[in-house]
Amino acid sequence: MNITITVNGEERALDVTGHESLLSVLRNDLELPGTKDACEQGECGSCTVVFDGEAVCSCLVMAADADGSSVTTVEGVASDGHLHPVQEAMLAEGAVQCGFCTPGFVVAGSHLLESNPHPSEMELKEALSGNICRCTGYGAILRAFDTVTGEGS
Amino acid sequence: MDFIAAHDLDEALAAKAHQPDAQLLAGGTDLMVEVNLAHHRPERVLSLRRVEELRELSTDRIGAGVTWARLERNGHRGLAQAARTVGSPQIRAAGTIGGNVATASPAGDGLPWIIAAEASIEVRSKERGTRTIPWNEFFVGVKRTSLASDEIITAVVVPEDVPAAQEFAKVGARNAMVISTVCCVVIRGDDGFRVALGSVATTPMRVTRAEEMINAESAISDAALDEFARIVSEEVRPITDHRSTEAYRRHASGVLARRLVERSLR
Repeated sequence: MNITITVNGEERALDVTGHESLLSVLRNDLELPGTKDACEQGECGSCTVVFDGEAVCSCLVMAADADGSSVTTVEGVASDGHLHPVQEAMLAEGAVQCGFCTPGFVVAGSHLLESNPHPSEMELKEALSGNICRCTGYGAILRAFDTVTGEGS
Repeated sequence: MDFIAAHDLDEALAAKAHQPDAQLLAGGTDLMVEVNLAHHRPERVLSLRRVEELRELSTDRIGAGVTWARLERNGHRGLAQAARTVGSPQIRAAGTIGGNVATASPAGDGLPWIIAAEASIEVRSKERGTRTIPWNEFFVGVKRTSLASDEIITAVVVPEDVPAAQEFAKVGARNAMVISTVCCVVIRGDDGFRVALGSVATTPMRVTRAEEMINAESAISDAALDEFARIVSEEVRPITDHRSTEAYRRHASGVLARRLVERSLR
């Protein structure tokens, strides 16, 4: 079936044939590989995108069901050639080890800050609790967010 | 694959009547795991995501399409506590209570609250209209319910007089993003305690023997609570599986139920 998705502000038309996920079409058909494919069961958060205003796991969205939706991937978080403050902070704090979880953290974290620019430590940890860093680099990731939210020293 | 995106309830019911084998899709948090990992390939999928009527939420009626994220903020106390422990924020933004009820997993975190609150499951079909199925008749086995193939779950209907003293807790391998090893709800009303558990039987269950025992006590002493916990552990019917042993589940059931009774008295 033919579907249309607005991805990072741009309308994209494509043909989906089976049960593939939004994650799969983002990476394979729309050539946006920033969204990472890891567990495919909603456990790890590496495929997090903003789907019609909610941060969700794109591996659990059936592509056919995304027809007419609006999606922001990690490629759409920066604007006008400027990195998002979360991206800047993660670079500055060295909050990236293997980097596989990073896009998910960037999307989930920047999405939180849109509705809640100054989250408490608990709110921040809660919002990022669906993103797993298998290098266990949480300390640096949280420090990076603290510099954006004004909690950092 | 045939994919049908229903835009309102009538359209969804007509599609389900016409093709009862259509797999319903709401938040996708159960179905897509089956698709991705178990190579489940339903021939027909009927999406309910766009059906506005299913998203209505009030004190006495929870639309099937209401997400955990909304229940976390606006649900009855015990259900809101349960909602907060479901998956991750990403899962709670997508997954719905109707999906939890339809999947009817023994570990469904919303289900013990439904049976403790003595809520009903409202279902609808094009041919026979609305049926309201009592809490104790809907869940019939592991992932089995009394929903007919042409029916769609439309809401969880909550009795008006559900008591406000409600507590939920669950035990799992870690704090965030975990499937229940045991989960428990206690609701305290004028008629006494109602105690429901999940992940300890083929369906969510009330521990009626333990309820009768504690509700016959005039004052809740430590000795009474010990005896209550012992009966809960005895009454549950857990199995050993990849998440836990039967013995641990029995133990945790007694501990949780006792703790929640105490919490509900504070």
